[in-house]
Amino acid sequence: MVDLSINCAGIKSPNPFWLASAPPSNSAYQNCKAFEQGWGGTVWKTIGEPVMNVFNRYGGLDYNGQKIFGLNNIELISDRPIEVNLKEIAETKKLWPDRAVVVSLMVESKRETWHEVVKRTIDTGCDGIELNYGCPHGMSERGMGAAVGQVPEYCKMITEWEIEVSTIPVIVKLTPNISNIQLPARAAKAAGANAISLINTINSIIGINLDTFELKPNVGGLGGHGGYAGPAVKPIALHLLSQVAIDTEVSLPISGIGGISNWRDALEFILLGASSVQVCTAVMHYGFRIVNDMIEGLSNWMESKGFTSLDQVRGKSLPRINDFGNFDLLNRTIARIDQTKCIHCNLCYIACEDAAHQCIDLTPVNGHNKTEVREKDCVGCALCSLVCPVEGCISMVRIDDGSSSKTWNQLIADFKKSGRPLTWKALAEFQHKHGIEIH
Amino acid sequence: MKNIAPKLPIEEYEKNFADLHPPLTPNSAVAEANRCLYCYDSPCMKACPTHIDISTFIKKISTGNLLGSAKTILESNWIALTCAKACPVNILCEGACVYNEKGEKPIEIGKLQRFAMDNYFAKGMPSIFNKATKNNKSVGIIGSGPAGLACGAELSLLGYDATIYEANKIPGGLCTWGIAPYKMRREDSLKEVAMVKSFGVEIKTEMMVGKEIKVDELIKKHDAIFLGVGLGESPQLSVTGENLSGVIGALEFIEKVKTENWKDVPVGKRVAVIGAGNTSIDAATEAKRLGAEQVFIIYRRSEVEMSAYEFEYELAKKDGIVFHFLTAPKKIVGEKFVEGIECLKMRLGEPDNRGRRRPVSIPGTEFTIPVDMVIKAIGQETKSSFLGSIPNLTLDTDGCVIVDQNTFQTANPKIFAGGDCINGGKEVVNAAYDGKRAAHGIDSYLSNQTKGGN
Repeated sequence: MVDLSINCAGIKSPNPFWLASAPPSNSAYQNCKAFEQGWGGTVWKTIGEPVMNVFNRYGGLDYNGQKIFGLNNIELISDRPIEVNLKEIAETKKLWPDRAVVVSLMVESKRETWHEVVKRTIDTGCDGIELNYGCPHGMSERGMGAAVGQVPEYCKMITEWEIEVSTIPVIVKLTPNISNIQLPARAAKAAGANAISLINTINSIIGINLDTFELKPNVGGLGGHGGYAGPAVKPIALHLLSQVAIDTEVSLPISGIGGISNWRDALEFILLGASSVQVCTAVMHYGFRIVNDMIEGLSNWMESKGFTSLDQVRGKSLPRINDFGNFDLLNRTIARIDQTKCIHCNLCYIACEDAAHQCIDLTPVNGHNKTEVREKDCVGCALCSLVCPVEGCISMVRIDDGSSSKTWNQLIADFKKSGRPLTWKALAEFQHKHGIEIH
Repeated sequence: MKNIAPKLPIEEYEKNFADLHPPLTPNSAVAEANRCLYCYDSPCMKACPTHIDISTFIKKISTGNLLGSAKTILESNWIALTCAKACPVNILCEGACVYNEKGEKPIEIGKLQRFAMDNYFAKGMPSIFNKATKNNKSVGIIGSGPAGLACGAELSLLGYDATIYEANKIPGGLCTWGIAPYKMRREDSLKEVAMVKSFGVEIKTEMMVGKEIKVDELIKKHDAIFLGVGLGESPQLSVTGENLSGVIGALEFIEKVKTENWKDVPVGKRVAVIGAGNTSIDAATEAKRLGAEQVFIIYRRSEVEMSAYEFEYELAKKDGIVFHFLTAPKKIVGEKFVEGIECLKMRLGEPDNRGRRRPVSIPGTEFTIPVDMVIKAIGQETKSSFLGSIPNLTLDTDGCVIVDQNTFQTANPKIFAGGDCINGGKEVVNAAYDGKRAAHGIDSYLSNQTKGGN
């Protein structure tokens, strides 16, 4: 029997799937409906200062006919009074004691104000607090959200104010709009935060209307940067998650966010160390019902792999994250085309010919083209296998016997030791010795 | 006719002759275009007789560059709208789509081409081609079918004065008169005619060469001549009763249907169509859709030998057409009107010189099918008497004009030919290719002459 329950810094939920602090978690109605459909937890849409939204607030990025490959928004934090939200949070938690109810907060950067809002939030009976240091638009201009997350010192100071009064776990939500994500994460840790969540949305302009020259979303002729989310941001989120997860100076539970649309995406976050995962855009696109496949798909995968608890899975890919300098230069792969599967679209040929290393030959055979890899020239870049539309047609095959290995760092060290300078000629000798010819 | 099929309500006719393959919506066109893999040196392009750069025109649809898409199509094929609707795509481009090998549905190339071309015509045929400066040479084109139109369009852009001589009142040849209305309406063909005219090609209608204008006069008047005259009448069945009222050639019948005055096209209650080619299927399904109660296709060989495409056969079966295979007409029965057709059962004997097994009659198997109308769809004869009036042409044993495969030049160096009159009856797309290639054959012939060569 597979157990999907998690414990993220003391916040427990029956499965790792939480709604992210966002439009889907705006009200008791929505959060209760989500719980009914199986969501394990919610991060209530950020409550705090009085705000007023503009009407048109989302912009979609479609790609090759796929709607909302990316989504940006200029919506603010909850535009409903804080009293209404606190009342609904209390009611929701009472109705759903086994689900995680985390409340996202954002108020002006004053110690007393934070103290007050934290205390009032705890009074609802919720399970945890998430500090919104990530919102990139509307609030940051008022000195909140990303304006805090982008300055590690502010991040530390303000987090300390919450920790001073909080009796429940505090999660710090980070903005990706920063060059080194580890710095605010360390600041949060130093301030005593219990967990990190990331990523918030990325600064973006989603597009321009080519007929009117207006930005998307268009607010009466004007537009500006908004927060970018959705499937397109997942690779960025995974990278930033891994940076925090491997940082020994942080070592905190992490709630992963960013383009998670299904159980496969969720698993990637968990494999890179996330305890819970938060979802927004996919729900905005398809509704709460997607959680059914997420729970089922994850359970089935766990069962098929022989795992019984997420603890056995969490962080499993983290040891594989390493620096380029430690990669083996002599681990040689080349592309092989399975002629029985080839459908003769010739996409591998044109990609290799125009964009890679010109090592696929195109020969006319029986009215179509035969594509063949000239193996001695193939650098194993894998581009052809990526453009190939047929599953399993082009595979990357390892051809070295594993008897020798050399990383860049080792190579440099060897040169240093021998006192020889690293020149193009010396490098070519090394390559030649190992049967590598770069043309 | 003895028993005329009762007229249908007008909505019924419109329903029966509505688009068999409705157009793509803008959204579905983009979705389908995005499904295209954008193959390099694509098999679909090679399978198209005019070698349209299909994956490129489809990519342009996906980016919303519809004008560029139409240009890519037209650069290879001037009869692109007709081809989009009337080409047997599943044996040409779509049949070659790599998705077939992948075990998936091929890209709907025909529908996408129609989408691009519909948009081009809806936008009022924006100017996208540059015309070369006039070279003061003139070419006379006989026939305004797809071969003639393609030849005229190409020549006109190359700087020639191109004049098309058309016997009919309404131009377009078989594109206008010979395609089943549920595949394409006459107005679509006329859009292509209008496009060719907009390039500066003059079309003289009701101008039958040999009658309104003499052949030698034409040859004298122009620097070169292109023959795109197609084929002629249905051949005789050579059975008794062929002259009874109610016997009609398939093309004559289809031409009447193409007037789109549905209720004015006489059709029998019970109809026999002789022959099982693609034209036979058109005639049979059209008769059925006009209200005939029962339509039979009578064919002397079996299902295996019939020349109709598989999808046409399927359509006929769906329309409830009854097939009598291994059956040959012996006699058309009736006093003044057709009353029935006496047939004889056949068996297949030894293969003929084309490798098709020869039908042999089985004596004593006569039976009569009561019908009111007989449609002859056993092919078309070449226009032998007309072709005979043109000096120095050589014809093959089937009566088709022999041309050089690259230049489309006939044995008479000043005369070029393409389309059905050289191939005995193929697709519109073949004619479109011939016409365009012949234009280049004419261009190099006349350019060499100017330079003093041959």
